[in-house]
Amino acid sequence: MEKQVLFAGFGGQGVLSMGNFLTHVALNSGKEVAFVPSYGAEMRGGTANCLVTISDEEISSPLTDSPAMAVIMNRPSLDKFEGKIMSRGTLVINSSLVDRKPAREDLLIYELEVNKLLEGLDNERSGNMVLLGAYIEKTGIVDIDKALENFSQIFHGKSDEFIKSNRKAFLAGIEYARRHW
Amino acid sequence: MKKVLMKGNEALAQGAIDGGCRSYFGYPITPSSEIAEYMARKLPLLGGVFLQAESELAAINMVYGAAATGARVMTATSGPGMSLKQEGISFLAEAELPCLLVNISRGGPGLGGIQPAQSDYFQATRGGGHGDYHIMVLAPNNVQEMMDFAIEGFALADHYRIPVMIMAEGTLGQMMEPVIQRESVPLLTDKPWATDGCKNRKPNIINTLHLSPDVLEQRNMILSDKYQEIKRSEKKAETFMIEDADYIVVAFGLLSRVAKKAIMELRQQGMKMGLIRPITLWPFPDEVIHQAAPQVKKFISIEISMGQMIEDVRLAVNGMAPVEFMGRIGSVPSPQEITRRLAQMVEGEIK
Amino acid sequence: MKVVAKKPESLTEAKYHYCPGCTHGIIHRLIAEVMDELQIREETIGICPVGCAVLAYNYFNCDMLEAAHGRAPAVATGIKRLLPQNTVFTYQGDGDLASIGLGEIMHASIRGELITVFFVNNAIYGMTGGQMAPTTLLGQVTTTSPYGRKKEDSGYPVKMAEILALNQGSAYISRVSLHNPANVIKAKKAIKKALETQKNREGFSMVEILSTCPTNWGMNPLEALKWLEQEMIPYYPLGDFVSKKEA
Repeated sequence: MEKQVLFAGFGGQGVLSMGNFLTHVALNSGKEVAFVPSYGAEMRGGTANCLVTISDEEISSPLTDSPAMAVIMNRPSLDKFEGKIMSRGTLVINSSLVDRKPAREDLLIYELEVNKLLEGLDNERSGNMVLLGAYIEKTGIVDIDKALENFSQIFHGKSDEFIKSNRKAFLAGIEYARRHW
Repeated sequence: MKKVLMKGNEALAQGAIDGGCRSYFGYPITPSSEIAEYMARKLPLLGGVFLQAESELAAINMVYGAAATGARVMTATSGPGMSLKQEGISFLAEAELPCLLVNISRGGPGLGGIQPAQSDYFQATRGGGHGDYHIMVLAPNNVQEMMDFAIEGFALADHYRIPVMIMAEGTLGQMMEPVIQRESVPLLTDKPWATDGCKNRKPNIINTLHLSPDVLEQRNMILSDKYQEIKRSEKKAETFMIEDADYIVVAFGLLSRVAKKAIMELRQQGMKMGLIRPITLWPFPDEVIHQAAPQVKKFISIEISMGQMIEDVRLAVNGMAPVEFMGRIGSVPSPQEITRRLAQMVEGEIK
Repeated sequence: MKVVAKKPESLTEAKYHYCPGCTHGIIHRLIAEVMDELQIREETIGICPVGCAVLAYNYFNCDMLEAAHGRAPAVATGIKRLLPQNTVFTYQGDGDLASIGLGEIMHASIRGELITVFFVNNAIYGMTGGQMAPTTLLGQVTTTSPYGRKKEDSGYPVKMAEILALNQGSAYISRVSLHNPANVIKAKKAIKKALETQKNREGFSMVEILSTCPTNWGMNPLEALKWLEQEMIPYYPLGDFVSKKEA
């Protein structure tokens, strides 16, 4: 079984961190993984994206035109990638920064107003972790408890406060998915 | 040993360290800079030397000096920087100084772009600078090989006294995959030719000037003999389902993995496709292609260029089968695109 | 019997290829004598330029390399960084150092690279047959300035000692001349001081040595020495431009 998921948004939204986090959890769950980021000029203020491949077997191509899943953090990314998602795939959207409904009717679509949820949290820069928590909880792409176990290892070297607030955001996302998705 | 996630560029740098490299000279350029950054962090802690040179020209000549002392030394860059280094590489080749060169490739010509490319194939495999010489060129296709080839690269460089290049698409430098770190090799090698002070021996001279035509010709013959030996011993390729293949794709680097995925897809659709992946670009693994040629209906060289390796494929096939080309510039084509285009290319013939 | 003069151990038996009246031979000898006096022959690594001194690896009796045109300071940097306890010198002409290799010499000085540079300034390209150098004087006739160097076309002759003296990495910068025995003795002192500067790890050191090229200047050796004194020294003043010991 091989799954490919695309994360996309503005540079600075933590899009690469989302992919990075998922890749680490999948590796620690015994999977084969590959993480391919967009790089260079795109990182500096433009759009950023990364493609994560998770597989039970050796990964041949870490690239694809049509990922099975996409986690979209802003409107330009939806415009760019909506048409590429695999038929009957999954689309997760930060509807705070996407001011239209997706046009595709063959996808499983989950929306979350990330900014609204962040109002109740003390770290307004952890929107990426909110959406990531919700996404993992809903899809089970990796085990959610495994993800929670991995927090301190993945964020090794960051402050306790940083880890705590990101974990809180992640849990808020999980909670949202359980209630609303 | 435990698998850890590493970026291709960082895995390569760690591999170099594990391969006994304690000195790095370079100039930053996207998408190779993480190699310099990694070395800047690690080498001082290991008692090694990291120096950001004022230019690629200076960097390659610092490599020349460091290699002359017998040290394992490397530099990394991308296309525009590698062009600047060519003068020094010609000198390194003639002086027979071992070193590791890395090209994390981007598209050209000129300043080009920063997205992945394979369009420096000619520059890498034909020598690149002036004069009659070759360097060895290794093309990894995953992050583990970025690490392993760096270790192997130093061993080959020392063994043959030759500059060895690792050439990888920008994406391979930037992407992360799990790697298992190998055991590091011993640091010291015996290099009696090194210019490290002539205590208790006659002075050594490292020189590339041969004004006498006879001496110059002799030098070129010595180099040529060495290149022939490398051709005999070091060609490397990986094959996938070529035994019964009607169509064989030739592709290297990260692109070879994408091509492999397309081939698996086409096999499921009943097309007898196979893959030959050159691992050494110089020496080019021509025998495996040549041997397969009589049974094959068509070879397809897939490259992120306008067609460079295809010339080596054609030489290897030597007229026994048609050789066609599929190329892109500016990105690594997706497996879907390759599947589609391969299907078109063989359509009609399958029926 | 008492030995009053002998060939320095730091020179080989090879016979110089230089033209009659050329001062390269004097400079080689001065450097070799100083290497003997400082007892550093076995730890010294020298780097030749592209230019008349390209074959200097045949004359110095220590480990030697030949570098690409202008790149000797970069090669020296690579060696010195790997062998910080050894003595490393480059021997470069005006085309090598002040034209094609300006970037490498400038940054070696900026970094305070612990190398010693012997810069032979004879205001002309010798090996290629008398073309204009960046140090060619205004009005001086060469094969590529057949009507005399014009400032409108080629600017002014470059003063490397003065330029490199501006860099804080430079610990000893001196210009000397070889036009008479008194100055040859001064030149040797400067060469010694430069190598000691390296030994004491004070910073980058360079001795610019005003030299003659009778063949390409179209003069006999005596006329050449006179021309050096009368034409070059007024434009390229002698003396130390930097001489410091770090605290």
